[in-house]
Amino acid sequence: MSELVIRGGTVVDARGSRRADVVVADGRVVAVGEDLTADEIVDAGGCVVAPGLVDLHCHLRQPGQEEAETVETGSRAGSLGGYTALVAMPNTTPAIDSAAMVHEVLDLGRSALCDIHVAGAITVGREGEKLAPVGEMAALGVRLFTDDGRGVQDARLMRRAMEYASDLDVILAQHCEDEAIAQGGAMHEGEWSSRLGLPGQPPEAEELMVQRDLALARLTGARVHFQHLSTAGSIAMVRAARAAGLPVTAEATTHHFTLTHAACAGYDPVFKVNPPLRTEEDRKAVKSGLADGALDAIATDHAPHAPHLKELPFDQAPPGMLGLETAVALALTELELPVEQVLALMSWQPAVIAGLADHGGPIEPGRPAHLCVIDPTHEWVVDPGTLASRARNTPYAGRRLRGKVRHTLLGGELTVRDGDAQR
Amino acid sequence: MSAASPRPPTEPSTARPLRGGVFHVRAQVLSADDIRRAVTRIAHEIVERNRGDEHLAVIGLANGGTWLAEALARAIAGIEGHRPPAAGVLDVSLHRDDIGLRPVLPGSITTIPGSLDGRVVVLVDDVLYTGRTVRAALDALNDYGRPRAVQLAVLVDRGHRELPIRPDYVGKNLPTGVDEEVRVSPGGVEIGTVVSS
Amino acid sequence: MTEQLELLGPTAGQAQHLRSIEELSVEDLVDVLDLTDHMVEVCRRPVPKVPALRGRTVLSLFFEDSTRTRLSFETAAKRLSADTMTFSASSSSVNKGESLRDTVETLDAMGIDAAVVRHRSSGVPWQVSRWTSASIINAGDGWHQHPTQALLDAYTIRTEHPAARSAVAEGRRPLEGLHIGILGDVKHSRVARSNVQAFQALGATVTLIAPRTLLPPSVAGWGSQLTVTTDLDEVLPKLDVAYVLRMQLERQEQALVPTLREYTARFGLTPERAHRMPGDALVMHPGPMNRGVEIAPEVADRPNSVITHQVANGVALRMAVLYRLLGSGVPLTGGSDV
Repeated sequence: MSELVIRGGTVVDARGSRRADVVVADGRVVAVGEDLTADEIVDAGGCVVAPGLVDLHCHLRQPGQEEAETVETGSRAGSLGGYTALVAMPNTTPAIDSAAMVHEVLDLGRSALCDIHVAGAITVGREGEKLAPVGEMAALGVRLFTDDGRGVQDARLMRRAMEYASDLDVILAQHCEDEAIAQGGAMHEGEWSSRLGLPGQPPEAEELMVQRDLALARLTGARVHFQHLSTAGSIAMVRAARAAGLPVTAEATTHHFTLTHAACAGYDPVFKVNPPLRTEEDRKAVKSGLADGALDAIATDHAPHAPHLKELPFDQAPPGMLGLETAVALALTELELPVEQVLALMSWQPAVIAGLADHGGPIEPGRPAHLCVIDPTHEWVVDPGTLASRARNTPYAGRRLRGKVRHTLLGGELTVRDGDAQR
Repeated sequence: MSAASPRPPTEPSTARPLRGGVFHVRAQVLSADDIRRAVTRIAHEIVERNRGDEHLAVIGLANGGTWLAEALARAIAGIEGHRPPAAGVLDVSLHRDDIGLRPVLPGSITTIPGSLDGRVVVLVDDVLYTGRTVRAALDALNDYGRPRAVQLAVLVDRGHRELPIRPDYVGKNLPTGVDEEVRVSPGGVEIGTVVSS
Repeated sequence: MTEQLELLGPTAGQAQHLRSIEELSVEDLVDVLDLTDHMVEVCRRPVPKVPALRGRTVLSLFFEDSTRTRLSFETAAKRLSADTMTFSASSSSVNKGESLRDTVETLDAMGIDAAVVRHRSSGVPWQVSRWTSASIINAGDGWHQHPTQALLDAYTIRTEHPAARSAVAEGRRPLEGLHIGILGDVKHSRVARSNVQAFQALGATVTLIAPRTLLPPSVAGWGSQLTVTTDLDEVLPKLDVAYVLRMQLERQEQALVPTLREYTARFGLTPERAHRMPGDALVMHPGPMNRGVEIAPEVADRPNSVITHQVANGVALRMAVLYRLLGSGVPLTGGSDV
């Protein structure tokens, strides 16, 4: 590969922020400094040059649900969103609960526009009854395990999973939802669900499992990561547990700090998601949690669905929203945090949790060139028809956002240039 | 929130539903006395024409013809030897041929005295204009039976018929322009223009 | 000579809907009730038909079986001389492949002016509005709303309760000053949700009476004239109307009540309880009744139980709704916003 220089931007990484050009060759950063040149010039004037973003939580739907998304289309959406690494959730058909399934998805990921990593299921088939072969999957490099889409309902099984996992260098992640309390509720249980005549799930459906797993983590010493926390109560419990020294981490999604249950008023199933959109107080608690360190990462929970499924009646439609292409713009505009902190939440902190040494690291010579170049002032309107994802279910259709990815580099290759995917 | 007011049955009206605007009087063409004399004359004409008929029904077209029909029925009852005719009100809003073309909400509720089979019905309205209200009334009457005959009494005929409808009894023939309005009440008949507000 | 006038109604500009009571203003609600008086007269004629909606097409889009409600709407449409089209999910070829949207768009292409929609899922009328420009009338969506039932109930009270008749004669809101109790499974009841809105808008105060398990999680925003209680015996002597909801037999399987017998003992309208209501108080029920569960048979059949009147006025009420939305050319002042 010939050399290219990312010119005119401001480099922001875990070390800090400085005006600098970055030269990339043979897949690595070779120089960082002022007034650098190379054969190919990539303009980053007015932009932030950062380590590529890392998504701890997205659904690529392959194998089995290719109508909604594939590894390729999902990774293209990711690269347009500034991502260079994605952790794909195991609720595919069949589930990723064995070495063979891990292999299959990693193979699909080899030609993708992001580094594709895989989360393995905790239980066979994600059915919550029998432990899945965690060790065999860990041997293939899987670092995160979750039954996501569901939480592990049985406390005894969760305890054994934690004990077993604690001698492997892996993290158990939990989609916290107590199904007996949630009872399949289609939205947050409260003022809006009552008015709209829809069955709801109270915050306790999430909080009971957070409380249980914190206790089990204390009991077993396992490292636990809480996925998509959505309630003030959950975040308060995690904050207290961390203060007491427990090695837990937690993430929140962009929709949980930008939308509330009032969005469901028109019965558009685009706004149906698990955990559901909650109250204004909960939304503010997510924002505070991201600001004060109670939450370590922003994850998208990118959940594509075929259009006809999102046109079913609200209570029948599958839950989930797109997220990869809108996440960084929403984080930059809505969180009111300095750009370094936003990037910490979206790049180097999730990279650490996922165990990805190559991603999120400081931009310095010798390191792999997984980078994104973001124009924080570029305004654009979200149009579902022009998104790279195969699906259309974004809750932000028609919304004007500020902040857009101009270029993305994966291992030195431009996957996105001037806002267009290169393949 | 204001309470809904019941529609007053004796509200003066024009032949068409009111458009928005202010009525400017140009002249009074009939006084209250003129109206009383016309009513008396028409009552005699009705009795004369339907001599021997015991089953007259005098039916006013809501809203403008209601008070006029009551006055006519009283006048007929006052004529020596004649029994009081049956009286009623007919609201034709739901039979209009221009529904959807202009706003229409029904006024008074129709009350028809018994079956109309074999009876002579005298329809009464204040102003006869295009004839469409009377056509709608003939249509509506069919739902109540089969009258032996239907006759039409109007206080004012202002011309400009759009259908082959003619009155049997007229208080006054009053040529008017299309841009003019005729306002009728027991106190008098006025001609003028409506200025849109 | 006559000016070219633009055709008013749903083909021009914004379609008018009746999807929930709150979409209508107080004025609109009173208008529909007044119009119903006219339609009652039409229904009593030897030929109960007017040409008001000639040339319009009204579609029954019923995804939930309800022959009675569907027939009530279709009769109403026919008495206004509209043409009717019927789609009922059980008899059609709707399979998993054909979506709600495809069904609606296909029918819309055949030319419809109004669609009367019933579905077991809340919110379907709003979704359907996105795929057709016809006026949407909600005939019941999940637990959410059943606006024509509420209007019918309001009409029945307006005609039958002496205090309501006085209010109408004096030009006040028809249900002003009345205290109406809604008794039973409010949580799962679309009739209750619509009635809560309609009765308050028309001037009544409303009390919900049910065990906690059958009340919704929250009544925030349900109205300033609304109270909630679990003590039926305390509130009963103060009620002008007892509106009794059907108690579904399945609720005892869902841990919502221990047994139906206990439900009847605590919340049933027994003869002894009915006796303690004021003399001119009305007893109402949207039907079908579980006689002996939520309401004793003797109570259902007594003179001040107006339950059969509720059914008789249904066609006239639905004629008034159809005429108001499609025929009158007068836009609703409430208006709908999607």
